Amino acid sequence: MSLLEIDKLKVTFEGDDGPVHAVNDLSLSINRGETLGIVGESGSGKSQTAFSIMGLLAPNGRTGGSVRFDGQEILGAKPKVLNKIRAERIAMIFQDPMTSLNPYMRIADQMTEVLTLHHGLSKRAALAESVRMLDAVKIPAAKERIRLFPHEFSGGMRQRVMIAMSLLCKPDLLIADEPTTALDVTVQAQIMDLLGDLQQDFGMATILITHDLGVVAGFCERVLVMYGGRVMEQGPTEPLFAEPTHPYTRGLLAAVPRVDDEDATMKAIPGNPPNMAAPPQGCPFRPRCTYAGEDCRVMPPLAPFAAGRARACHRPIAEVTA
Amino acid sequence: MSPLLSVCDLHVRFPITRAGDMPWTKPRYLHAVNGVSFDLEPGKTLGVVGESGCGKSTLARGLIQMVPATGQVNWRGETDLLSLSPRQMKPYRSEIQMVFQDPLASLNPRMTLGQIIAEPLRTHRPDVSAKERRARVAQMMERVGLLPQMINRYPHEFSGGQCQRIGIARALIVEPKLLICDEPVSALDVSIQAQVIELLKELQRDLGLAMIFIAHDLSVVKNISDEVMVLYLGRIMEKAPKAELYDNPQHPYTQALLSAVPIPDPVAERAKKIVPMTGDMPSPMNPPSGCVFRGRCPRAQADCAEVIPEAGSDEHQVACIHPGPMREKEMTAGN
Repeated sequence: MSLLEIDKLKVTFEGDDGPVHAVNDLSLSINRGETLGIVGESGSGKSQTAFSIMGLLAPNGRTGGSVRFDGQEILGAKPKVLNKIRAERIAMIFQDPMTSLNPYMRIADQMTEVLTLHHGLSKRAALAESVRMLDAVKIPAAKERIRLFPHEFSGGMRQRVMIAMSLLCKPDLLIADEPTTALDVTVQAQIMDLLGDLQQDFGMATILITHDLGVVAGFCERVLVMYGGRVMEQGPTEPLFAEPTHPYTRGLLAAVPRVDDEDATMKAIPGNPPNMAAPPQGCPFRPRCTYAGEDCRVMPPLAPFAAGRARACHRPIAEVTA
Repeated sequence: MSPLLSVCDLHVRFPITRAGDMPWTKPRYLHAVNGVSFDLEPGKTLGVVGESGCGKSTLARGLIQMVPATGQVNWRGETDLLSLSPRQMKPYRSEIQMVFQDPLASLNPRMTLGQIIAEPLRTHRPDVSAKERRARVAQMMERVGLLPQMINRYPHEFSGGQCQRIGIARALIVEPKLLICDEPVSALDVSIQAQVIELLKELQRDLGLAMIFIAHDLSVVKNISDEVMVLYLGRIMEKAPKAELYDNPQHPYTQALLSAVPIPDPVAERAKKIVPMTGDMPSPMNPPSGCVFRGRCPRAQADCAEVIPEAGSDEHQVACIHPGPMREKEMTAGN
């Protein structure tokens, strides 16, 4: 049985101008110890997917479908049930490490809180465990620095603290929502390297949400490409990058300049991202797609076509990859 | 060809007062830009890269006196821009225009698209008639890919990419010679980034613009620049023509930066070696002695603490006393 099983997840926000469908019919599963990347641009619904797993949606958000964690339905579960899962089984790292740490609390207090509250550890034991975790994320002089406040750390160090904090309860699943977007490339490389090591040491499943295809290429075993609240393509990382079969995935890969490329060419996708309050009928990528036809006004199903791979497009693979 | 812009030994420093300082306490200085020199030819693009806090934005602002700077900024071989009073500077402001990072925040939310694009014309070319102004705005909008019917809309009605097009139109309406782009695409989605870069390149080709392109994304800079300058803690670490810098980087910092860029290809990304770099950028309030990069440099030796390496004035400048490509054993495996 897979660790997390999402079936036909829908996320809708009630806005002043009518409902906004942020996520439509998203299904995915992730096994223990597996790394899954969710790639998409802003407004693609990737973060809202993570928030609905964690029960962190904004108050006007409505969910549909099912999210089963270790066999247990957690979508719309009571806070009491969710709190236990969030404390012990699933951890999340957010994009901005400064705003996700409490500026009024010392790192020591923030970290030990979880252990004393949920695991009933004594203050002393909790502190020792927290220091050990800061060591694991390679913060030098952890014993002294645990007494500092968040603002006394640099951005990269704060993200390390966040990672250490999320690992305190040895979660089965870690959700990292754009963990390196606010960081410099050199620090990003350090953090991704660290996450990779920890993922192997702790054997936890990881969902990495990002817009950066390079980060996904280095870290994930499987990738899910989202656009306009829907899954466009999914599959194991290597074949997906080697031969993308969806026009959007292909466009996205062509739009990213490669630093190892001779002139780092970038080919733009024409048009603008969809307005999610009034999304296009059918396939959300239709208005920007060069292969679009009349039949694209009906959303194609996400159809499997090779080992572990699936795509949502009416056009045959041969036509798109030609 | 004589350079359009010739910068010599530019310094920008900010006085820092701390809590508890008395009025007579000597201020301490944060040296944001420290002795930067470069030339820019007409129609060429200089890329400026570096991590956050390296002084790349301050450098741009110092050039046009948005922050107080010392040194020399020679414009078209005639005028030292830094010696001008704000009033004397005004005619030059229409020749040097700027595009900012946050596309929405740099547009006045209470002005329509038409008013925003026309404003520099009103300021710098008051003699242009209203009719002519409207015609030029319409022409510029078409040029950057905005539809005529959008003219009465407000910035919040546009997406990030469209806002950046408005920002570019506003900068180009006064026909500048130099466009300074401060992280113009880093707030945009990948697919939109490419659109804006293509637009900038096309405009540069057609209008013969020179550009200073500031970004932290090394692959974007590679795409658009003729020459690239790498900054660290306010100093030039390396500066070279694009192909030379990317294919044959000499400074350990440049090599570390380049090796850290993720490659969107699982095979290449997993096989690559990276130059190990520890720690964070030191505070510019008290930079290390000697080479400012030595605290994080895998190749640092005792003599690095003693001399401040000079970048020199060659075509390929390297401010390092132990330059050269990294050897295999100095690298570590990536992911």
